[in-house]
Amino acid sequence: MPYQQDCTVLYLRALGEKAYEMILEADGITEEARPGQFVNLSCGEGHLLRRPISICETSGMQLRLVFEVRGEGTKWLSERQIDDQVNVLGPLGHGFDVEGRRVLFIGGGIGVPPLLWAAESAEHADAALGFASENRAILLADFARICGSTAVATDDGSLGLKGNAVDAARILLEKNSYDLICACGPAPLLKAAAALGEEKGIPCQISMEERMGCGVGACLVCAVKLRDENGEPYYGHVCKDGPVFSSKEVVFDD
Amino acid sequence: MTDMRVSLAGVELKNPIVVASGTYGFGHEYGQFYDLSELGAICVKGLTPVRRDGNPPPRIAETPAGILNSVGLQNPGVDAFIREEMPFLRQYDVKIIANISGNTPEEYGVMCEKLSDAGVDLIEVNISCPNVKAGGLAYGTKPELAAEVTEIAKKHASVPVMVKLSPNVTDVVQIAKAVEEAGADALSLINTLLGMRIDIHTRRPILKNNMGGLSGPAVFPVAVRMVYQVRQATKLPILGMGGVAKGSDAAELMMAGADAVAVGTACFADAYAPLHVRDGLRAYLEEAGLNARELTSTVQPW
Repeated sequence: MPYQQDCTVLYLRALGEKAYEMILEADGITEEARPGQFVNLSCGEGHLLRRPISICETSGMQLRLVFEVRGEGTKWLSERQIDDQVNVLGPLGHGFDVEGRRVLFIGGGIGVPPLLWAAESAEHADAALGFASENRAILLADFARICGSTAVATDDGSLGLKGNAVDAARILLEKNSYDLICACGPAPLLKAAAALGEEKGIPCQISMEERMGCGVGACLVCAVKLRDENGEPYYGHVCKDGPVFSSKEVVFDD
Repeated sequence: MTDMRVSLAGVELKNPIVVASGTYGFGHEYGQFYDLSELGAICVKGLTPVRRDGNPPPRIAETPAGILNSVGLQNPGVDAFIREEMPFLRQYDVKIIANISGNTPEEYGVMCEKLSDAGVDLIEVNISCPNVKAGGLAYGTKPELAAEVTEIAKKHASVPVMVKLSPNVTDVVQIAKAVEEAGADALSLINTLLGMRIDIHTRRPILKNNMGGLSGPAVFPVAVRMVYQVRQATKLPILGMGGVAKGSDAAELMMAGADAVAVGTACFADAYAPLHVRDGLRAYLEEAGLNARELTSTVQPW
């Protein structure tokens, strides 16, 4: 069950070039939250719409969020001070289902944070993480702490492998076996992760993104093209049906 | 003690606050936050004769004090609504308003019959959706077509029929009069205003549909003006809407001529918006020493 409440900012700092880590005191929300869910944050008077931010992890009453400044709303969030209040709606959506499984996590850029808590919840976790460059890399120490193996790739080769997260995942797949892939990141990465799962015969859960309105499933704006049991395409909604979907459900547009 | 009850075309609402079609699904989502019986009425997501999948995403863009949407009437169809959603909604002590859109006048008639039989309290005839090609807005911008749809809806409905007017016209009064003459029991206004945003980096419209409907506080003054103009020209009860976000907005719209007020886009910012609007309106009425129904049309124009 979701809540809507004012939460106190306990901690806020920049992570790399564009990302911020924010910890909120969010009693109630943290008790209900599951890995892969998101919260919808009010971003000040000038912005009518809340901004959906994935949950990085929770600890007791603390809700840890990692977000990137993309526009004015997230810029407002990044400028909060300790002890400020932020209005939070959540937890929302359906997360990853990883319990008891050996999971390969594939994350790209700001798609990396929602995988962290899922990695903690899996039976065994390895992670393939991709970033634009070294100064955009985030949460590497957290993944190293939780995962058996972590492979990193950057677009410019400034850290780890030159390539993307799926290229890094192939290296891990050579040495290990998995019964699930979980991916989050830009659409081309999700498509490549789904194809990789298909190729290796491993089921794949992907966390999707779309411009969102209410965040709860009432306004129907965050449409995502899915396939029904007969293979017929239809529009589901990221906020309510997702954000995590089985890759087999999702129709990727070219 | 303020009496919050109002009447809309003979349907008594326990308070003047309605939730607007398209912003509230079929009630499940916001029903997680509070008891739906707190509301005056729920106007459900727009229904069509058969299921519609809606427009491709992105379907939303933020604008100064508002949003543009291009959902395109995604809904499960009128039969699925009656079968799967009515039993849920009927658990609550709240009036149910079904919003309908058709491609032909006959389709409106068929839906009116089915929904009347299913026990909805009121039917809102949507002749003003800017996001669909057939029907929708076309009916709402031509007085003779609006009248034709209204007549057929009235003929097939056994519950009151409210016609939802478009603001995308030069003279809203002309349309209002046409549907009044055609037998409408009430009017609701305004639907969204047609708008557009462009991403200057990609030179692409933000909405995949290119254009969409503007709602939110940005359209509120337009709603006040149109409710005021229509109130002067017709005797029909009016459900006013368009950017209402707080109790004082509801009071203002009622003063302009609305008998009840719908809250829509404000729900996205605050899940409790309809209740906050209701409580704010009640506080205003208490201070003014008025009952809700006494506020309608009390504006004193210069």
